Amino acid sequence: MLTKRIIPCLDIKDGRTVKGVNFVQLRDAGDPVELAKAYSDEGADELVFLDITATVDKRKTLADLVTKVAKAINIPFTVGGGISTVEDVKVLLNAGADKISINSAAVKNPGVIDEMAREFGSQCIVVAIDTRDVDGTDYVHTHGGRKPTLLQTQAWAKEVADRGAGEILLTSMDHDGTKAGFANEITSEISSALSIPVIASGGAGNMAHFKDVFTFGKADAALAASIFHFKEVPIPELKSYLDEEGIVIRK
Amino acid sequence: MKIAVIKYNSGNVQSVLYALERLGAHPILTDDPNEIKSADRVIFPGQGEASTAMGYLKARGLDQVIRDIKQPFLGVCLGLQLLCEHSEENDTECLGIFPVKVKKFIPENSQEFKVPHVGWNELENLKANPLLKDLPENPFVYYVHSYYAELSEATIATTHYIHDFTAILNRDNYWAIQAHPEKSSEVGEKLLSNFLSI
Repeated sequence: MLTKRIIPCLDIKDGRTVKGVNFVQLRDAGDPVELAKAYSDEGADELVFLDITATVDKRKTLADLVTKVAKAINIPFTVGGGISTVEDVKVLLNAGADKISINSAAVKNPGVIDEMAREFGSQCIVVAIDTRDVDGTDYVHTHGGRKPTLLQTQAWAKEVADRGAGEILLTSMDHDGTKAGFANEITSEISSALSIPVIASGGAGNMAHFKDVFTFGKADAALAASIFHFKEVPIPELKSYLDEEGIVIRK
Repeated sequence: MKIAVIKYNSGNVQSVLYALERLGAHPILTDDPNEIKSADRVIFPGQGEASTAMGYLKARGLDQVIRDIKQPFLGVCLGLQLLCEHSEENDTECLGIFPVKVKKFIPENSQEFKVPHVGWNELENLKANPLLKDLPENPFVYYVHSYYAELSEATIATTHYIHDFTAILNRDNYWAIQAHPEKSSEVGEKLLSNFLSI
């Protein structure tokens, strides 16, 4: 059976792993290559590597750091941050990324999703969506969640799937950093409406939150950062717990 | 041992090179027919779109090189599909090494079964084969694909998603894996090292 996936996310700033609360107040959590290797060895199903300053600083994700991480690990590896063109994707795939994740660039120019999917195949194009509840309606936000858009989240998710995205990485800005649980409702709504996998992100605080997002949230994968980086929830324990709870997981 | 990894204009060949290097091998990435012909092992990695990749191979005469190869040859992911007869992906005539058709996953219930098939799934019905030597029972491997090869006489392992499909093929000197061994942790490493030991 196809398993649910546990995905640690390495948020990178200036070559170090960082994770803040609600995307501000960054604090240092270690060397990304060491962390990536440790996660790969302890049974993470996949890794996501996001250069969180890339869009803001107009910088490109550093391809050589991608190469170092890709050389060190034997599990799939997604890279995001500041990717806007087909050429950017080519550089990162050649550096060793398995998939790339785009966010702001897709909002700005949705046609780029079609272009990338045509060029490299849908399987390596992940569209990241940062969503926030604004007076009862979910809206897409860009630029690390700082910039609201007029796009309604559910409609945008459907559009990116129709344009050829292979997966959606859905981050709830309302839940991110709170450790109060994933946004199960909107995750379930989007996962049920679409035929592509949805990775839930934002809000993981304990092991039960993962069970909830796989059952109530209908997520295909769940992503978290600080609870893994600071060893609050070790991945082997999380997987044993989920297995006991009847969630199909890779052991 | 000279290991040639076929370079073509799509997909992530880099992770295959890194995986081989982790096993202590020194693969070369090449689309030069002579380099490929003189290698001890040839690996044809994959990701990307079938008709584009076939076009690239034909333009360089690599389609014939692959058909003529006598040494152990391993296709991975799209590499498996291109070794088959025909792919539904843009109605592409493939290399025809395996008399097998490649079809698109059609989920009856899109909530339960999504396409692409992304993630870790089990290898089942493993036959006795040097490529599958000393693998654990029903090991997990990593998949990312929307198209699959039908079951055939050359199938040496299956995976279940929506229905059973071909996970691994073997005929003569040709092996092919639909999953990504280069991304399948220790199980993938075992598959690759088995291939190098064939």
